[in-house]
Amino acid sequence: MKPFSYERATSPAAAAAAAARTEGAKFIAGGTNLLDLMKIGVEEPMHLIDLNGLALDTIEATSDGGLRIGALVRNTDLAADQRVRRDYGLLSRALLAGASGQLRNKATTAGNLLQRTRCPYFYDTNQPCNKRLPGSGCAAIGGSSRSLAVIGGSASCIAVQPSDMAVAMRVLDAVVETVRADGQTRRIPIADFHRLPGARPHVETVLERGELITGVTLPKPVGGMHIYHKVRDRASYAFALVSVAAIVQKDGSGRVALGGVAPKPWRDEAAEPYLPQGAKIFTAHLLANATPTGENAFKVVLAERTLHAVLAEAKGDAS
Amino acid sequence: MKFDTPATTNPIDRLKVVGQPLDRIDGPHKTTGTAHYAYEQHEAAPNHAYGYIVASSIPKGRIKGIDLTRARRAPGVLAIVTAQSAGKLGKGKFNTAALLGGPTIEHYHQAVALVVAETFEQARAAAALVKVDYARTSGAFDLRAAVASATKPKDEKADTAVGDFAGAYAGAEVTFEGRYTTPDHSHAMMEPHASIASWTGDKLTLWTSNQMIAWGAGDVATTLGVPKENVRLIAPYIGGGFGGKLFVRSDALLAALGARAARRAVAVTLPRPLIFNNTTHRPATIQRIRIGATKDGTITAIGHESWSGDLPGGKPETAVAQTRLLYAGANRMTAMRLAVLDLPEGNAMRAPGEASGLMALEIAMDEMADKLGMDPVEFRIRNDTQVDPENPERPFSQRQLVQCLRTGANRFDWNKRIIKPASTRDGRWLVGTGVAAAFRNNLTEKSGARVRLDARGRVTVETDMTDIGTGSYTIIAQTAAEMLGLPVDRIDVHLGDSSFPVSSGSGGQWGGNSSTAGVYAACVKLREAIAQKLGMNPDDAVFEDGNVRSGQRTESLTGVAKGGDIVAEDSMEYGDLGKRYQQSTFGAHFVEVGVDAATAEIRIRRMLAVCAAGRILNPKTARSQVIGAMTMGAGAALMEELVVDKRLGFFVNHDLAGYEVPVHADIPHQEVVFLDETDAMSSPMKAKGVGELGLCGVAAAIANAVHHATGVRVRDYPVTLDKLLGEMPSLG
Repeated sequence: MKPFSYERATSPAAAAAAAARTEGAKFIAGGTNLLDLMKIGVEEPMHLIDLNGLALDTIEATSDGGLRIGALVRNTDLAADQRVRRDYGLLSRALLAGASGQLRNKATTAGNLLQRTRCPYFYDTNQPCNKRLPGSGCAAIGGSSRSLAVIGGSASCIAVQPSDMAVAMRVLDAVVETVRADGQTRRIPIADFHRLPGARPHVETVLERGELITGVTLPKPVGGMHIYHKVRDRASYAFALVSVAAIVQKDGSGRVALGGVAPKPWRDEAAEPYLPQGAKIFTAHLLANATPTGENAFKVVLAERTLHAVLAEAKGDAS
Repeated sequence: MKFDTPATTNPIDRLKVVGQPLDRIDGPHKTTGTAHYAYEQHEAAPNHAYGYIVASSIPKGRIKGIDLTRARRAPGVLAIVTAQSAGKLGKGKFNTAALLGGPTIEHYHQAVALVVAETFEQARAAAALVKVDYARTSGAFDLRAAVASATKPKDEKADTAVGDFAGAYAGAEVTFEGRYTTPDHSHAMMEPHASIASWTGDKLTLWTSNQMIAWGAGDVATTLGVPKENVRLIAPYIGGGFGGKLFVRSDALLAALGARAARRAVAVTLPRPLIFNNTTHRPATIQRIRIGATKDGTITAIGHESWSGDLPGGKPETAVAQTRLLYAGANRMTAMRLAVLDLPEGNAMRAPGEASGLMALEIAMDEMADKLGMDPVEFRIRNDTQVDPENPERPFSQRQLVQCLRTGANRFDWNKRIIKPASTRDGRWLVGTGVAAAFRNNLTEKSGARVRLDARGRVTVETDMTDIGTGSYTIIAQTAAEMLGLPVDRIDVHLGDSSFPVSSGSGGQWGGNSSTAGVYAACVKLREAIAQKLGMNPDDAVFEDGNVRSGQRTESLTGVAKGGDIVAEDSMEYGDLGKRYQQSTFGAHFVEVGVDAATAEIRIRRMLAVCAAGRILNPKTARSQVIGAMTMGAGAALMEELVVDKRLGFFVNHDLAGYEVPVHADIPHQEVVFLDETDAMSSPMKAKGVGELGLCGVAAAIANAVHHATGVRVRDYPVTLDKLLGEMPSLG
């Protein structure tokens, strides 16, 4: 770990300005991902701006019937919030499917959106990785790729965004609220928040230099059955091979996003009219452009079969 | 003391303390943080510095140069050790690759330097500044591709043959052939490898996490080129080993070299991401099994071949070992072939040989039972043998495999099982059950101890035996208490110090029986010394309830040593009973799994192990051993795999996020039954090993249950959902 300087942020705007101003600055909140990466030399910030003192840790109702979640709301608290559990059950279930109790106690809403990939080559500083060291190449392509992306990747990177929470938020049409270095705020639809890797996989979101997430808003509830089905090799404390976040209405219409398959939560609104026609037809549309590797082609089949189970559950057919 | 005739009645048979399910006596130390592990010996080695290992970034080649300029200038740096600066180093008897690489690099993450600094963080930061210039050469990393070049290993009993296997197999009424693969496994013990080294003149003290103190002291001395008596190893507590700490590893050697260079005590631990490629692992295997039988299920031919790889000079994974002994059959063959691979060093991991071998053999037995239309329990029972099938004049000392299978079948409601696969559904789950035999040889090793009765009437036991979480402290205290007629709270046990008498150490499931037998021998001597001191006849002195009794005379043990401690030391050695009788441990594993009809996720629902392993010295710690082993078996069956990058030559998933082991949610209720038995051929304790038996066969029982649930047969471990999906029933 390289030596770094440290400051406590006094306001979101000041934090953003400091981050833009200071070479090699990073925000730290829960630190559950950043500290691990610093210890192994994957992240080497020169300056840390600690956000934990900022009053961004509340969940409030919005005037249009939605919820505004502060950037620092811990995953545990978000998952347990009565309004979230009642109106956005999908979000609560996705959070509880992720990490462990201890990690959820520390991890924040904004930090969860920004967590880095779990591609094993990203974690090994001896290996080429365009995300970690731009231009160095991608060891995962042609290597161990069982857990990696089947769609949305590029010739530079096939890493997966590992967040469960973000997949639920994508289905809920969440909006990420930020403040920029110049003090201006903006609202970024979750669909636009994460970037596909293209030729620049190290740029993972549309956030600008210094730009700080202050919260996430959820539009007013849409009802329906909320299901988060995460598939993994072991029963807990593992990243998704595939996850399905779905809101299914009584008439069979609904919204679906997939986790574990792409560099961002994978949703295609244009495919959703096909949802009432069943998992096979819908998945064929959603993953039409999939380019899996030999090792992860099973994810396409798995996504379809998992969605089949989700749709059966939505219908009340438990088996 | 020499054990060369079967045990007769002795004081252990009273079973007032031995055989009781006592809580482990070191438990309070562990739960209150007062059990100090190797890396926590700050009081014993005050003011120690920290060393951080620089590991090779290439799997094979040589170091062209190392630039230490920036690292030397980094804050807090005290010394840097490289192969060049370390001087001439030997290689330990138990190491295949050098612990400090350079200029030759033998495997990925081989240590190439140690940076010593005031703090851990400084050492780590400076280590990142060491610049190594490598010349990479090509290597062999793919076992499948290396099979053709595999050769017969030199030092092992590589091939065995009895009768005419080829003829009998060709002529059998029913035949089965299967090919199976098991991946490389990591020990993944909780406590990382760690050591603190301190030199006083030319004498080295090394607090380390090691299962085998005498082997370790010897190999440290050999590697450093110093006399063995100048090396003291201390390992009072060890947070798991599973074979990964049988041998001296780079943490110990580099702590010693770092301490010498820095003229300070130095602590070195292996960061978790380094352990998987820097240390040893259970090697992958490719196995071929052929079974021929009559229509009624009597095996007439059984053949087992195994291929594995290791670094030059390494050893094969002895995956055919159990097939030489487990089932009858007049015509038999086994063969092992070893390929050179340039992956990290393969070596022992819990139940080496049998664990991997049974993963294959016990699926093959299930497949053959299927083919014969026989119940898999009955098929195994039909082919039981009470003698070594390769050498029929050698009987087993004790063999209750059939009783294990029958007891387990009964408890598991096996007779209610629908034989046809894929016939039971419970909601979203396809449900199936599987069985496998458990088998692991029982080894006896020479083991010594020193026992001392003091003026307070307390007895202290000293032996270099280790407790790797197994319960050694407790069963040794129970043994001494039983022998001397004392309650267990009057026994103090000191372990893991090379200044104590040499023990069996912890490995190969020999430690429990062997180390307590050594304590037994020392206690026999102490009883004689006490009787003599009291003027009693040692032959009729009875040690009971804190007293010694002979004829009409009774003396309290509290008073005997008032004039000075009475000390006795002895070891137990073994004659040829292990040659004349085949000593093995047996068991049966029964497992029920659910497989998600849609996603093919596999979740275990029930596990039962029935074990026949001689006298159980402490049913509580023995049960803990077995349920831990069953958990390890669940990992081997369903998730554990060191993923080899065959291009880049290393294990890719080298942390505990990538190398998944079971979590609590993976493990259902586990039931363990010990058959009530004693084995008079094993030692005066009449006990055998149990710590590895619990693992043997578990993975196959799970794989067989998955097949029973789904009808899909997976022959390549781990059995993961991607291997099932293609053949799962359509969802319509």
